[in-house]
Amino acid sequence: MQSTTLILLLGFLAIIAFYLGRGRSLSLVGGPGKGRALHSLPGYYGYFVSIWCVLPALAMLFAWVLVEPKIITALVVNGLPESAQQLSSGELDLLINNLRNMASGDVVSIAIDDDLERAASHFNEYHAKSRQLLAVLVIGLAVLGGSVAWRKIHPELRARNKVETSVRWALIGASSIAVFTTVGIVFSVLFEAIVFFQKVPVSDFLFGTTWSPQTAIRADQVGSSGSFGAVPLFAGTMLITSIAMFVAVPVGLMTAIYLAEYSSSRIRGIAKPLLELLAGIPTVVYGFFAALTVAPWVRMAGESVGFEVASESALAAGLVMGIMIIPLVSSLTDDAINAVPAAMRDGALGLGSTRSETMKKVILPAALPGIVGGILLAVSRAIGETMIVVMAAGLAANLTANPLSAVTTVTVQIVTLLVGDQEFDSAKTLAAFALGLMLFVVTLILNVIGLYVVRKYREQYE
Amino acid sequence: MTKELTNKDKVEAGLPRRRRKETLFRATGMIATAIGIAFLAVFFATLIGKGASAFVQTYMRLDVELTAEQIAPGGELDLAYADFDGLVRTALRKEFPEVSGRAERRELYRLLSIGAGYQIRDLVAENVDLIGTTQTLWLPTSATVDMLMKGNIDASLDASLRPLSDQQIGWINSLQRAGRLDKRFNAALFTNGDSREPELAGIKGAMMGSFFMLVVTIALSFPIGVAAAIYLEEFAPKNRWSDLVEVNINNLAAVPSIVFGLLGLAVFINWMSLPRSAPLVGGLVLALLTLPVIIIASRAAIKAVPPSIREAAMGLGASRMQVVFHHVMPLAMPGMLTGAIIGMSRALGESAPLLMIGMIAFIVDVPGGFTDPSTALPVQIYLWADSPERAFAERTSAAIIVLLAFLVLMNLAAVIVRRRMEQKW
Repeated sequence: MQSTTLILLLGFLAIIAFYLGRGRSLSLVGGPGKGRALHSLPGYYGYFVSIWCVLPALAMLFAWVLVEPKIITALVVNGLPESAQQLSSGELDLLINNLRNMASGDVVSIAIDDDLERAASHFNEYHAKSRQLLAVLVIGLAVLGGSVAWRKIHPELRARNKVETSVRWALIGASSIAVFTTVGIVFSVLFEAIVFFQKVPVSDFLFGTTWSPQTAIRADQVGSSGSFGAVPLFAGTMLITSIAMFVAVPVGLMTAIYLAEYSSSRIRGIAKPLLELLAGIPTVVYGFFAALTVAPWVRMAGESVGFEVASESALAAGLVMGIMIIPLVSSLTDDAINAVPAAMRDGALGLGSTRSETMKKVILPAALPGIVGGILLAVSRAIGETMIVVMAAGLAANLTANPLSAVTTVTVQIVTLLVGDQEFDSAKTLAAFALGLMLFVVTLILNVIGLYVVRKYREQYE
Repeated sequence: MTKELTNKDKVEAGLPRRRRKETLFRATGMIATAIGIAFLAVFFATLIGKGASAFVQTYMRLDVELTAEQIAPGGELDLAYADFDGLVRTALRKEFPEVSGRAERRELYRLLSIGAGYQIRDLVAENVDLIGTTQTLWLPTSATVDMLMKGNIDASLDASLRPLSDQQIGWINSLQRAGRLDKRFNAALFTNGDSREPELAGIKGAMMGSFFMLVVTIALSFPIGVAAAIYLEEFAPKNRWSDLVEVNINNLAAVPSIVFGLLGLAVFINWMSLPRSAPLVGGLVLALLTLPVIIIASRAAIKAVPPSIREAAMGLGASRMQVVFHHVMPLAMPGMLTGAIIGMSRALGESAPLLMIGMIAFIVDVPGGFTDPSTALPVQIYLWADSPERAFAERTSAAIIVLLAFLVLMNLAAVIVRRRMEQKW
């Protein structure tokens, strides 16, 4: 039986359990009119039985699904002939993969003999048996749990408190998922990155200036030993990020100032949603625009003045990324400006300063921490941006500060290294996780500082 | 005679300069605002200019004789072996009887898409009685003919620089004069999966993939997000753990999306061995990605419910759980729903993490479930944007228009939900 059918069945059982529990609570005190004799509302007795019916069974189901593949594989390997059990772990994995494919009737890459045929049928056999056993166990557990709870019902049972405690734990669990996600991210990139750093020294990765992740398939191949110096990637990321910030910061800042101080409310009513629209456009669309429209423009413009421009120039990607970030900068600046107490602004205006003087000499200095925090968040966003650079920046890891040449970034390399077939033990794949670790750490630091500054600053004037 | 300058004089002397600065500052602000809006205008103009033409496609009217010998050679119908391409070729040859020689004929056949044969196959499969009759059909032309008709190929160029030969252009012109070529609504764009042939490529597969993914995402992230928000706002004691969760959520909202892709690859695919390229995994990753958005929006909605409501319920003897689930949550629901819709629109546009978990494969079949290999609308855009054919650039723009249309609809829905249901306190 499929796990989805089992879950649906459990849901059905839960509904039955609810009505049984509710009915029993009422019948114990002598019918619907006598509900007052119960400790809790009748529905809570229903929920109580439902919870006991579903929770243990669900836990069982998840545990089973997690462990099942490993046990079945172990059983099948045990049934293999001696020669196969002597194989190295890599070869064994390959064999097992093929067996799985045979079992599901897919194409296999090895010669099939009787032993394998038998092993493959073992796979199917064990799988079917395991599923039968699971279905019996899960339904049995549901019925057992439900009936135990059903028997426990009596008028003094504090059903509401028990149900509310479970709900409370469920709420705590939900709020912890955010923490687990972060932990999951850290561990998933950290483990692979550590394996990578065992193959390539950390210093080579952080300070090496050559990036060519092609590793040799055979030892005697020339020029493909793989070189994992990430400095060109960091430089490329910084170059594109600086171009983006060069566009986004002044434009975003001035937009926020204009809309907050100068524009009529009608213009603000039109311009603000339009700019928010910019924030809602998917990055892949920006990438398409950068690659097919802006890059040719940049190239044409550059060549008409006599510069040599790469077709995937850092400038095109950076410009479009800058435009993407404008709304972020302008909305964070807007928050910061609005948080400055009106008294400061009114005071400056009352002393006779013009609006621009008030802005430049009073409001902006007062709002500076908030703005800087916002810019840090924007930088972190630019560093982590993927689709625009994947589509519009190049793959060549050039170490250059020339915005007209092609550079590559950390995110581009992660995508290139991980898209397509991959094995989890080659330095090439692991390098992507090392880059991911760098990306996560850097953006995390920027975010923590940025969020802290923004929040601290907001509190300061509250 | 020199007059002592009074303060008033000094101020007045500086006024023109200060006013100039003021005007300059104001103008800079105006220009900055204009830059963003101008980009938006250029962006939509190019997009619609490029993509609008993909919603129509050139079709050729042909009189196809559905001869029984070619469809069912042995007297019995076997759709897999019937020579539908042959029917199309015969019909084309009849149109241009003067064409002879293998090379020339092959050029002639290239005017039509290979989809023409499929169309006839589907027609016959639907109605077997048509065998033996002659039907007038509108069949899809190849992408190059389509591009010429749409003016994207310059016929005046040297023959070596364009994908159509002089002879082919001559045929096309004569077909056009005979009224046999026409641009009609491109239904294939919405009913087909991906294809290597631009004229047959559609976004249905990608749309279904995105749909299944969003179902998984909302089913997970909405209940979990709302539950987390309720706990943090209503129950969480002020301690280290709550602070940690709080900081965490704000941080997660700013973690680059590609990092979530790495998480999905390492945990869901490598560790849990869930299927690659499946909407299930994509939905899981996107659920984690949108969770902070929903939590933050839901918390704001809960905060907006006035404390008097909680106190009134509490005063009537409700437990804290009852207060939250019977009173606070229903009142905060519009805000939570708005947050969920905005989270979903972000998930719909997201593509970087999906590349990591293999949703970038070339998949022709329309996915029918949560574990079928599939791709998503933004990833389809990425894949098409990489294709060199001119016809794919046009389709990319069309797919982007469809994607943006969905996003606009979702955001409109969010606005309507907020307007309709929001309560002012």
